[in-house]
Amino acid sequence: MIRDKTWGSRLTDIVLMVVLIGITLTCILPIWYTFALSLSSNSAAAAGQVWLWPVGFNFNAYTQILKDTQFFGSFWISVQRVVLGATLNFVVVLLMAYPLSRSSRQFRARGVLMWILVFCMLFNGGLIPLYLTVKGLGMLNSIWALVLVGGAQTLVFNIILTVNFFRNLPKELDEAALVDGAGPWYSLLRIYLPLAVPVLATVTLFSIVYHWNEFLYGLIFMTREQYYPLQTYIQQLVVSVDPATMSEDQYRRLSELSNRTLDAAKIFIAMLPIMVVYPFLQRYFIHGITLGSVKE
Amino acid sequence: MRIKSFEKHYYLMLLPGYLWLTVFTIVPMFGIVIAFQHFNPGKGVFGSEWAGLEHFKYMFVLKDTREVFFNTLIIAVLKIIAHLIVPLVFALMLNELRRIVVKRWIQTIVYLPHFLSWVILGGIVLDLFSYNGPVNQLGAMLGFKPTLFFAQAELFPWLVVGSDVWKEFGFNTIIYLAALTGINPALYEAAGMDGAGRWQSLWHITLPGIRTTAVLLAVLSLGNVLNAGFDQIFNLYNPLVYSTGDIIDTWVYRTGLLNLQYELATAVGLLKSLIGFILISVSYYLAYRLINYRIF
Repeated sequence: MIRDKTWGSRLTDIVLMVVLIGITLTCILPIWYTFALSLSSNSAAAAGQVWLWPVGFNFNAYTQILKDTQFFGSFWISVQRVVLGATLNFVVVLLMAYPLSRSSRQFRARGVLMWILVFCMLFNGGLIPLYLTVKGLGMLNSIWALVLVGGAQTLVFNIILTVNFFRNLPKELDEAALVDGAGPWYSLLRIYLPLAVPVLATVTLFSIVYHWNEFLYGLIFMTREQYYPLQTYIQQLVVSVDPATMSEDQYRRLSELSNRTLDAAKIFIAMLPIMVVYPFLQRYFIHGITLGSVKE
Repeated sequence: MRIKSFEKHYYLMLLPGYLWLTVFTIVPMFGIVIAFQHFNPGKGVFGSEWAGLEHFKYMFVLKDTREVFFNTLIIAVLKIIAHLIVPLVFALMLNELRRIVVKRWIQTIVYLPHFLSWVILGGIVLDLFSYNGPVNQLGAMLGFKPTLFFAQAELFPWLVVGSDVWKEFGFNTIIYLAALTGINPALYEAAGMDGAGRWQSLWHITLPGIRTTAVLLAVLSLGNVLNAGFDQIFNLYNPLVYSTGDIIDTWVYRTGLLNLQYELATAVGLLKSLIGFILISVSYYLAYRLINYRIF
């Protein structure tokens, strides 16, 4: 970056700053607006008077949610799903990444096993066979359908990320462990696990975000609303439109009927857990993304 | 060094993960035989009669499927182009910014939408563009008539591409920013000594410095030619925009799981999976040949 002090260059700096801040605001203002809307009165929302500050300030939307047992039921299901899914992901990624990061001389089948994984990631049978499999296993309406199906789809990416991390660790580490008589389990748990904290934090956070945000499996594997995770609940009650034919008038009336402040409050609450983990996420994900691209 | 007794422990470590993947990714792959059957849910995959290529022939004469393939292609290709250019421009602008604190804040904010689900963001976007929403209020101030944006078939693809860029551009800058930090600062100093201005160093140092990354991203995005984004469209569309906004994935969902035409939906899904698989494989191969990129 050239630091010349000409007027033209200073003007460029100012324009640049204004444009960048303007674009950045478009990312945060819609979220802030949703928060303001959730605290506004229904009439102000319907009249379109709310901008960035609540109009007719009240907590009605939030007190209404407090009485909504379905909302809390769904919230709790999502929490369980995230805890189970992220824990399982952590354990399996660690267990699989270690042997797969050995060299092909140490572990003959490594290459074949890796390619099987890549194939699982790149090819899938589509939605219907997946649905029929889960149904055949008798897992409809079980939280394990959400944990295991979603988890399997993100597992391979997380394993590859971790394998690449392990392969970038110095080889001397492994040799030293061997000379000192460490077996595979000891190496994994006492040497590699402590070193893998950054990458395991990354894949765990990815898994938490994925399981919190995923809504489709809740929709297709749960046949009753009481089993919906939160995102599915919101998708069905706030966002979705009945997939039958309709006219523009009907579409407009539908959106006028909806309770915008209540919807905004639900959306805002569903966003909160992500906001809470976001500072941790931000520390790790940049590392996680660039990790995969740098290899020996 | 290969130690035979270690290998069985390696297999033991891999066992849970491969079992998981087998049940939830490999078994469903065999479900694609439904596409070649007159599937009878009571008799299952093994008891149903064979139909040969009947469903595929039907698929090609159906007007729906052609429209849906076309829509998918248009939206996906527009997204690929936008996702390559917008983050690049934003990263270059951010790179020119001299105030580090402002830069950090901008990065923190623009990465955020990537981590929110399309259920949440769909709800927000639909509210922003609703009849009484802020966009129409703003338009009214400038003298425009209120429009039902998401009921206009000719606007829908653009709204989809625009909102997807809004969600992902920040996150997509990460990889460019990583490439930009890899450029040797001495090059800029030398250019400055030789009297190069900002634009000259942008053209002769910065752009060549990130060319490899840009080519890599362009090649890898080839695999997305049939991915128009199920989550996004599912949460934004409605029957009024099916003619331009219905994509393969949403069509498969409705045909298979709502109308219970399992065989046809599986056939279309299979075709998409196959083409997608070939495209991704080709893109990885090209990336490997051109810039020696490897997945693992």
